[in-house]
Amino acid sequence: MTPFRLLDAAAVPLDEANIDTDQLAPGRFLMRPVFAELLLHDRRFERDGTPRRDFVLNDPAYAGAEIIVSRRNFGVGSSREFAVLALPAAGFRCVIAVSFGDIFYNNCLQNGVLPVVLEEPAVDALLQALRAYPGLHVSVDLPSQTVAASNCGPYPFSINAVRKRCFLEGLDDIALTDRHSEPIAAFEANYYRAFPWLT
Amino acid sequence: MQPKTLVDKIWARHAVSVLEGSDTLLYVDRCLLHEGFWWNVVDALRARNLAIRRPSNIIACADHFVPTTDRSSGHAGIADERRRELILRLENEGRDLGVQVIGMMDPRQGILHVVAPETGITQPGMVIVGSDSHTSTHGALGAIAFGIGTSEATHVLATQTLWQARPRTMRITVDGRLAPNATAKDLILTIIARLGISGGAGRFVEYAGPAIEALSIDERLTVCNMSIEMGARAGLVAPDEKTFAYLAGRPNAPNGADWERALAYWQTLRSDEGARFDQEARIDGSAVGPMATWGTSLDQTIAIDQPIPDPAIESDPSRRHAQERSLAYMGLHPGDRLCDVPIDYVFIGSCTNGRLDDLREAAEVVRGRHSAVPAFVSPGSRAVKRAAEAEGLDRVFVDAGFEWRDSGCSMCAGANGDSLQPGQRCAATSNRNFPGRQGPGSRTHVMSPASAAASAIAGRIASAHRLKTPA
Repeated sequence: MTPFRLLDAAAVPLDEANIDTDQLAPGRFLMRPVFAELLLHDRRFERDGTPRRDFVLNDPAYAGAEIIVSRRNFGVGSSREFAVLALPAAGFRCVIAVSFGDIFYNNCLQNGVLPVVLEEPAVDALLQALRAYPGLHVSVDLPSQTVAASNCGPYPFSINAVRKRCFLEGLDDIALTDRHSEPIAAFEANYYRAFPWLT
Repeated sequence: MQPKTLVDKIWARHAVSVLEGSDTLLYVDRCLLHEGFWWNVVDALRARNLAIRRPSNIIACADHFVPTTDRSSGHAGIADERRRELILRLENEGRDLGVQVIGMMDPRQGILHVVAPETGITQPGMVIVGSDSHTSTHGALGAIAFGIGTSEATHVLATQTLWQARPRTMRITVDGRLAPNATAKDLILTIIARLGISGGAGRFVEYAGPAIEALSIDERLTVCNMSIEMGARAGLVAPDEKTFAYLAGRPNAPNGADWERALAYWQTLRSDEGARFDQEARIDGSAVGPMATWGTSLDQTIAIDQPIPDPAIESDPSRRHAQERSLAYMGLHPGDRLCDVPIDYVFIGSCTNGRLDDLREAAEVVRGRHSAVPAFVSPGSRAVKRAAEAEGLDRVFVDAGFEWRDSGCSMCAGANGDSLQPGQRCAATSNRNFPGRQGPGSRTHVMSPASAAASAIAGRIASAHRLKTPA
């Protein structure tokens, strides 16, 4: 996993609640590796493949954005990791939202995409600023756990201490468990003595 | 001793180590994988040169891409080459790696969340994870069960453990008893409509109370299945005599002396009197009636005889915008009554409502009548299909103009190619009404098997109750 410390980048305002995993990565694309156009495919493209001009991710004013700012329940729905993998494939490394789907949030943590939960007023202010000044940079500072943009913020956000360390060090879970592997064998010996029918 | 919740008890029994007072390295009893993500997990294991720690604790079952027609042609009957390749990867690699494989032609085949309970793989007190969000289903037997992504699944296969934050708990107590015209699906839709799609966010939800105790195991599976749709991490019901009777004699359930030991343990698996939950909610079960979704998120659910809400009177701007977008996508207008909305298609099946109880419920409604629209039934497993055929339910459906198909996830997610045409409106017994869920531009109304069956007969959204007594 790539370490994540500070991200200062353009952000795109996706001013909607409930951006679900079926929209982020439609089911029919899950049979092949992730590709750049997967993210929000059916929102970004017409059936014939031409980009939908009225969708904010296609607005040239936000080209090169690395952060998405959205509303409640971002990533709600299925466990498909494609919904997260589609983000870096399209250049995004961070999503700021009012709340996240639970499995999606965990999948972000596994893939170096930082999910940032901010209160609704902070998201309102960011969305407004991004609409008023397209191309505006948003600064996400993981060590200090704050988000800021020109005259917005800094807004504090919380993240689990272990997860924060994994992000800062670029450590994924398997690497983390390697540091804690001895107790598993001991646990299993005891566990299967108590519950022999579960072996 | 401090009273403990059921979740606390199962959690403590599976905690291998705890990091900085919060994250637990949790031992996993069973991991469920389907062909949709099997290849991602195996590729990730290979990329890191990792072995599977306990192959016999891993279950690999073909359900997402399997066709629901022409099963007798076997793999040759799969029109799409990539789907066939991914099913064969699960079957062949699974066998080579020594995991429990339930392939497409296996007589046990079906949707993971139907197969694992009915074969006794799912047991009380277990921690079960799966590469599918509806893994929450298995909590109905008193297990902690939840969906994970492929990175976490790779971790589970390599270590038989998973890092998890300390669980936040919630109890939803359902008082009273469901009315005769209300089903388990109507109950869980009511709960989600009341609490919202993030109402259980990150929580492990225990369903309790007399209305839950009165449910059959099939019905509890339906309720726990949709826990994820209110944002919950998992849903579970304390095991009771019904649970034990359900498990007795199933192929993977313990037997003989092991059964007695297991039973003694399972009987301890309930929340102690006075146990504290992080959150509590109460629902009046007797007030639940036939429900259906009108929009594109699961909280956009109303009683079938109610008018569709008007966004103009919604005070929360975020919710108002969501309602406006849903109305536009669904092609509906505020004030329309759901029961006046014509439909194009009916789908009965899925891990939510593809069990024998569900098919009986639907068959009862269509018996002696005829569907006004194209409709099909996909039993949740081949075992469900055989049991239904033994009761003659297949004839009831076929005589009513339904197609009687094979088992798989089918048109719930459309991953196997069972999809609607753009703009088509479907009454479905599945679990999600998201835009494009049943194919690009598809419009889904989620409801119970009885209501979907009634809708097929009426050609518009209907409840079985109203079908019997015309207004």
